[in-house]
Amino acid sequence: MPIRTEPITVNIGPQHPSTHGVFRLRVTFDGEMIVDVEPIFGYLHRGTEKLAEERNYTQIVTLTDRLDYVASMTNNQAYCLAVERLMGIEVPIRGQYLRVMAAELQRIASHLVATGFLLQDLGALGTPLMYCFRERERILDLFEMLCGARITVSYMRPGGVYYDAPEDFWPALDRFLDYMPSYLDELEQLLAENEIILVRVRNVGNLPLDRLIACSASGPILRASGLAWDWRKADPYDVYDGLEFDVPVGTNGDNLDRFWVRMQEMRQSLRIVRQCVEQMPPGPVRAELPLVLRPPKGAESYGRVESPKGELGFYLISDGGISPYRCKIRSPSLLNLTMIKDLLIGWKLADMIVNLGSIDINMGEVDR
Amino acid sequence: MNCSIGPDSLFHDNVLYRHIYNAIGEFIPSSLCWLDHIISGFLIILILVNGVLLGAALYVWLERRVLGRMQNRLGPNRWGPFGLLQPIADLVKLLTKEDLVPQGADRIAFLMVPIVVVFPLIAGLAVVPIARNTFLADLNIGVLYLVAITGLSTLGIFMAGWSSGNRYAMFGAMRGVAMLISYEIPTVLSMVGIVLLAGSMSLVDVVNAQHLPFIVVQPLGILVFLLGISAELNRTPFDIVEAESELVAGYHTEYSGIKFALVQMAEFGGVVAASAVASTLFLGGWSGPFLSGQLGALWFLMKLGFFVFLFIWIRATFPRLRIDQIMAFAWKFLFPLSLINIFATTLQVYWLRDDTGALSRGDLGLMAAINIPLALVTS
Repeated sequence: MPIRTEPITVNIGPQHPSTHGVFRLRVTFDGEMIVDVEPIFGYLHRGTEKLAEERNYTQIVTLTDRLDYVASMTNNQAYCLAVERLMGIEVPIRGQYLRVMAAELQRIASHLVATGFLLQDLGALGTPLMYCFRERERILDLFEMLCGARITVSYMRPGGVYYDAPEDFWPALDRFLDYMPSYLDELEQLLAENEIILVRVRNVGNLPLDRLIACSASGPILRASGLAWDWRKADPYDVYDGLEFDVPVGTNGDNLDRFWVRMQEMRQSLRIVRQCVEQMPPGPVRAELPLVLRPPKGAESYGRVESPKGELGFYLISDGGISPYRCKIRSPSLLNLTMIKDLLIGWKLADMIVNLGSIDINMGEVDR
Repeated sequence: MNCSIGPDSLFHDNVLYRHIYNAIGEFIPSSLCWLDHIISGFLIILILVNGVLLGAALYVWLERRVLGRMQNRLGPNRWGPFGLLQPIADLVKLLTKEDLVPQGADRIAFLMVPIVVVFPLIAGLAVVPIARNTFLADLNIGVLYLVAITGLSTLGIFMAGWSSGNRYAMFGAMRGVAMLISYEIPTVLSMVGIVLLAGSMSLVDVVNAQHLPFIVVQPLGILVFLLGISAELNRTPFDIVEAESELVAGYHTEYSGIKFALVQMAEFGGVVAASAVASTLFLGGWSGPFLSGQLGALWFLMKLGFFVFLFIWIRATFPRLRIDQIMAFAWKFLFPLSLINIFATTLQVYWLRDDTGALSRGDLGLMAAINIPLALVTS
């Protein structure tokens, strides 16, 4: 005789150890199985888009820091690209290299956080997370040398970067580049040789490619399902077209692939940073611009980058004033989150947490 | 009425009890020796309860320190030398918290839980011998008693989950019942091998029978026992009952203040108790070279420390399994292994024992030589 069970509804979040911010899920369970999910967000809404209409173009850079706060550099970059397109500003080559270098370091830092929290969600109490954060700390130290801040960097400006890197930055970066590959080997070994991690992530949370494309997902979760789509290759900005790197692609689109793609992207980022260091020409780092930017009336532009989480875009409309008429942010976390029903329904509670962690959302960006 | 502890008395072998009894006897006329027995009995209980409390407190400190070191941070280091007074500070904080009972809770069951979970831990430790002839109680059914009394903790976990009126707690409780009952079987079966070897269920006899530590004679036994007991204690990789990243705090989500302290103490104290049992069953308890007599307690503490460290180490390193994987692991891996172990041990004991049923060091060595390759092949 089948036992009659009753589905129960559980609110997971907004305060929960592993919803990665103030994210709330109303989940209906049948036993341990998930039968329905309703995402509820907006708890971290700060009205960034509206605030941007009240700031001048340089001040908005500080707002972008606070979108995806584990990847501020790429936010800065996307916004600055949009403003530069709006006004037709030519960025000095050294400035472009510095931007790419900072953005790639940021990508490593962000992927380290994603990987660490994925392992934390798998139940490894703190240890792998702390190890990932230890390495991220080295990158944050480098950022501190670059611009004096660690998280909310505001390093980039429309027209280049704020300052050139100080003298002692370069040896520190060299040390980091020498050290990091061995650490990544270690981290990858931890994944590939731990039986428990493998049974937990392999063939769990598979995402079919057509669904991902239909949901306009982007970033590592798209590449993990087998499509080599990367804005750095598809529409190179700054100096990416002069740099050599590969786009790692997964096959199954499961949690293991997403984890693996991030690992490989960190290696590619190291490669890019190394090339930047070698190729960096001397010269100015920031275009000569007036103190207050006034784009022409009616100008529109869209600047996008491949942020660690996917396509991050800023759409700006100018009314000829000192601040934009409209600033629309296309945040990858929000659009990747539209996959959530495909990702969670039908899996167990324990898998749900890991699946949610594997798309690497950041609530600062989702709610804006 | 004569109740002095003579050579034929029930309590003569129990050095600890005899000493306490005689010390109190100095102040009490011999006609009131029944009072002496009562006072000594209560003193033994006092020692036991406070020993467990102290052990749990020390363990909390050790776990936080060792875990901190393994996680590349410092751990508590502010209160007292090396942060040793941290458990006291924690306790004071928890004691001063409001004593909350959630509105939807089943009040009586909710309030009983801390007692139900702490009791088996304290009662279970009573039968573990500390040094030669030094124990709190020597039951002739010691192992069975341990199994029975620690099985009660499952009840506590279920009561906590059910009575809290919280769905996280409910999830934890349902998972807990399924897992704890499954893992109890291989754990108990792994202890059967020890009983076969020792020919007795008394833990004192088990220690005396270990001419060779049973860990080498029962490699499969220790493997199954450690894995099973990790699950019983809700430690990683089997900590689905409280699964921090999934269920917040699992079955004790709603507990706060001193009730939380007691539930936590049951958990941390459980590790100490399990380590004590493991070192008694598999490492020979207080027996060891160089230190004899009552000093054997030092050996006991060292072995206990070894197992405690092992548990902390496992906690720091392993991620968690999913519930279906955990159940499959218990039934498809641990259960057959423990059966193989019992089967092999039974045959060996049958062929090797002498007329009195005892096994010599040579017999044990021979069994170790058979069982270690067997363990390597099967596991």
